[in-house]
Amino acid sequence: MVKYRVLIGKPGLDGHDRGAKFIARLLRDEGFEVIYTGIRHSAEEIASVAVSEDVAAIGLSSLSGAHLKFFPDVVSELKSRDASDIRVLGGGVIPDEDIPILIESGVETIFTPGAPAADIVASFRKACEAHQKENEGNY
Amino acid sequence: MSNRAQKLLADIKNKNARAIGKAISIVENETELCDDLLIGLSESEMPQYLVLGITGNPGAGKSTLTDKIIAHYRKQNQRIGIIAIDPTSPISGGAILGDRIRMMQHATDSDVVIRSMATRGRLGGLCSCAGATVRIMAASGCNPIIIETVGVGQSEIDIVSLADISLLVSAPGLGDDIQAMKAGLLEVADLLVINKADLPGATALFRDLQMLAREKEREITKTIASTGEGVDKLIKQIELLEKDYNESSYILKKREASKKKEIIDWSLEMVRAKLEKNIEHFALTNSDPRLQAKDFIKQHLKDMQ
Repeated sequence: MVKYRVLIGKPGLDGHDRGAKFIARLLRDEGFEVIYTGIRHSAEEIASVAVSEDVAAIGLSSLSGAHLKFFPDVVSELKSRDASDIRVLGGGVIPDEDIPILIESGVETIFTPGAPAADIVASFRKACEAHQKENEGNY
Repeated sequence: MSNRAQKLLADIKNKNARAIGKAISIVENETELCDDLLIGLSESEMPQYLVLGITGNPGAGKSTLTDKIIAHYRKQNQRIGIIAIDPTSPISGGAILGDRIRMMQHATDSDVVIRSMATRGRLGGLCSCAGATVRIMAASGCNPIIIETVGVGQSEIDIVSLADISLLVSAPGLGDDIQAMKAGLLEVADLLVINKADLPGATALFRDLQMLAREKEREITKTIASTGEGVDKLIKQIELLEKDYNESSYILKKREASKKKEIIDWSLEMVRAKLEKNIEHFALTNSDPRLQAKDFIKQHLKDMQ
């Protein structure tokens, strides 16, 4: 059985990592291999790690209001590394009106406070399955 | 070799990060392309490389020390590979791989190839998969290649056997587990490191280790990984040892032993998969499981491919 590898990262200067760590543990308990990169990183760093770790999906957490900048930045950094197949999911304190903008920019799903853990796990699993399917036969 | 494997191999040699990442996954998951890739790797001329093993208790500062060692080699413009191993949860099968946090300053340096790896509860330890990963990194021009792993349990000791030179990192304040390690890792490590050497208890730890180190003729180096103090001295020790091992061709003997260990590990992985599949159809009897195992093996091992 292929194990799903995901990256949980916090872009920007936001240091509130409880949410990110909670998601990392949650996914570990659901059988995922979770690469946690810690707080305060650039979109470039996160995308670069995602490529060398060959993850299927990235979960970004932002509680500081910088999501409109950083989430799309990660998407485009992946693109510039020929890694658009890596899915990007986001979560944090994100106003409703920003969600369509983020989805439009290439983020797969956005989770806001109160999102049920089971939904989050299901979304990651779906993203990983889609990634695996897309990559079948590549290389 | 298939065209796909040839392309992958060429991309690895061109230091393409995507290709290196994918190739390691292919070996980890033993997917379709795995054998072709390994054929290609073993047929191609491999540049020289040194494998460093870094092990020690959780919290001893292995990742921070690794970070500083990376910085040292980067200053000399050497491309470096790191395999950071963390345990898989025996309950969920998942893992949190967090060693990278300490090495993030190198995240965008394309000549630092870091790969986190979970133990995945392999029967034969990790040598099979980590060994192939070492060679993928080496083919992309990495030298040295560091394998970092928590120093508890048999599989971690096995990992040390993959290394040409292994470092055991201890730190004061981790208590009596030094006692527990005495019988295991201390005996197989080539160099002893006391990290966090500025903390109280470092001198006492030094004295504890000194007796053993004298017995085994091992060097002890004190480091403070957070500031980088002592790292230059440690690298000198590594270089001295490397020279020594090369001159006495001890390194060749070591590599031969570790190749054999890898073969055993791959064999166990393959045999296990087969046995687990066949046990479904095995008719249980009343005799002791050990005796049944002998029958079971007799039935199934001979047609093993």
